[in-house]
Amino acid sequence: MSGQNGKILVVDDELSVRDSLREWFVQDGHEVETAAEAQEALRHLQDRQNEWDIVLVDIKMPGMDGMELQRRIHELDPGVAVIMITAYASVDTAVAALKSGAYDYITKPFDPDNLSNLIRKALQQRALQRENLRLRDQISDLERGNEIIGRSRQMQEVYELVRTVAPTDSTVIIRGESGTGKELVARAIHVHSNRRYFPLIPVNCGALAEGILESELFGHERGAFTGAHYRRKGKLEMADGGTLFLDEIGNIAKKTQMDLLRVLETKQFTRLGGSEVVTADFRVVCATNRNLELALQEGEFLEELYYRVNVFTIHLPPLRERKNDIPLLVEHFVCKYGMAMGKRIEKISPDALDRLMQHSWPGNVRELENAVERAMVVGHPPRLERDDFSLHLGNGPPRAGSESLEEVEQEHIRNVLEKHGWNITRSAEILGINRVTLYNKIRKYELRKD
Amino acid sequence: MGAIALMPLPGAEAIDLERIALQLEFSLHRDVTLAESLRHVDQAYDPSRDQYNSRTLIDLLRGLVPRDAERVLGVTSVDLFIPVLTFVFGEAQLGGPAGVVSFFRLDNRFYGLPENGELLLARLVKECVHEIGHTYGLLHCPDPDCVMRSSTYVEQIDLKPANFCIECARSVQPDGPSSRMR
Repeated sequence: MSGQNGKILVVDDELSVRDSLREWFVQDGHEVETAAEAQEALRHLQDRQNEWDIVLVDIKMPGMDGMELQRRIHELDPGVAVIMITAYASVDTAVAALKSGAYDYITKPFDPDNLSNLIRKALQQRALQRENLRLRDQISDLERGNEIIGRSRQMQEVYELVRTVAPTDSTVIIRGESGTGKELVARAIHVHSNRRYFPLIPVNCGALAEGILESELFGHERGAFTGAHYRRKGKLEMADGGTLFLDEIGNIAKKTQMDLLRVLETKQFTRLGGSEVVTADFRVVCATNRNLELALQEGEFLEELYYRVNVFTIHLPPLRERKNDIPLLVEHFVCKYGMAMGKRIEKISPDALDRLMQHSWPGNVRELENAVERAMVVGHPPRLERDDFSLHLGNGPPRAGSESLEEVEQEHIRNVLEKHGWNITRSAEILGINRVTLYNKIRKYELRKD
Repeated sequence: MGAIALMPLPGAEAIDLERIALQLEFSLHRDVTLAESLRHVDQAYDPSRDQYNSRTLIDLLRGLVPRDAERVLGVTSVDLFIPVLTFVFGEAQLGGPAGVVSFFRLDNRFYGLPENGELLLARLVKECVHEIGHTYGLLHCPDPDCVMRSSTYVEQIDLKPANFCIECARSVQPDGPSSRMR
């Protein structure tokens, strides 16, 4: 995704500080230059004027100090975010630097999370200055990459809704059958919103028992309960600046719905065992496969919460209503599992594809993904055949069978090994995996030659 | 295809490294072997911070890559730092042969929560795969479903899987591009 990486200049007379920051930022994908003193920093700025996003400046340096350097930087490029690096002793100076235009200051040594947040905020500010109009164009790449796969008319309509709602801060509810990819849509909304520099935090409300949700969402203070020696962040705090994705919101208990409603209304809460009111700024995207209107009528869902979350709705079509997306989806999953399994499958037989097109897919895209994953385990490179796919008949959801993927894999590997007299090279070739992987699997499943 | 050597550093005996090695083999599709322990790392200790400098440890490890391996990853229970940061979960030389991971802050007990051995192992595997990814030139990945996603606090590690996304997996394959710039 473009827009998250920036050009950062680090100005500090200490080599270890320059090296540490350079390494840290490079691993985050930023372009980094360093300077040991002010004149060298100014040369970098002049050489590539208006290209820098952030300059980190040590306040105390020999020669021109950080305060003076900051003023000169802003003469060259008023938009660049200057972050002052201080030691404890120079906090007063840092505050003075803020008054004269620095973006922020940070005290050595930095907490990794604080540094990461500060850089993201500064980059966000810089990017927003530059890219207001470019944002809409970027949304056109919604259907690429690991996000949502599909070119059908139904999915085009979904993309259009995502495109419309992403840059706003509106609450969104994504509705659709199980396995249709609601979380992927939530991600697409987040990735194409102005909050994309901050995290998307998913909370599976359906999986959380009453009481657990509280600690999961709010976190706890040191001493909140026996053994709580440290403060722990909850999901709400983790989502600060970003997006909170409440999955399966239709399945949460009534009492928990009230707690949630209160937080969604105020965006304020206290950590367990604490009295300090914490404010977190997050956008809410939620998802459900339940008929919320029916739940409302039956008194299982709070009316106030219903209206709080039901602001902008995106309906995801079941896979049976967009079957022309199946070939594209299959291609994507073959590529994904091929990479994960180290197996090169290049195509799928027309007969096999025909079978997939005929199936009703009650478990939707997730069922298709599972079917492809299983076929990748038993199939032989370079092509997947019709019989590699084991599909459940009828329209009910796939049953929890006794054959897990691991069991199928184990049985298949045993069969191939026995058929080829435990010749590892030959068996690995037949299975389409390398010998190391086959040895690993033999070890994992504790297979032995009889 | 070169193997990856896991090298026990001080405190690593508290962890089942063989199990970690096996899980790494599944995530990385490479042989993972256990190297001889490195017991003395005193030169990395900084008494003023009561922590170990991960960069010094990496400098040590770079000279200790076993003959049958192309990468070495130290695993330790001691708390790591780099000079400008209060701590790091691990560090690796980008595109280089060595990395180091600490489980000091991966343990629930550090945060006052009940011990959870399985969660600790899962976190450690993710951090090991992540640092090995850096040694093969991978940068942090924006995909939340990728182990190369940056994690600055422990709950972020729990949110990501132990595997690479398609693009990162492609880059660490022997015939893939050696580094991935985003």
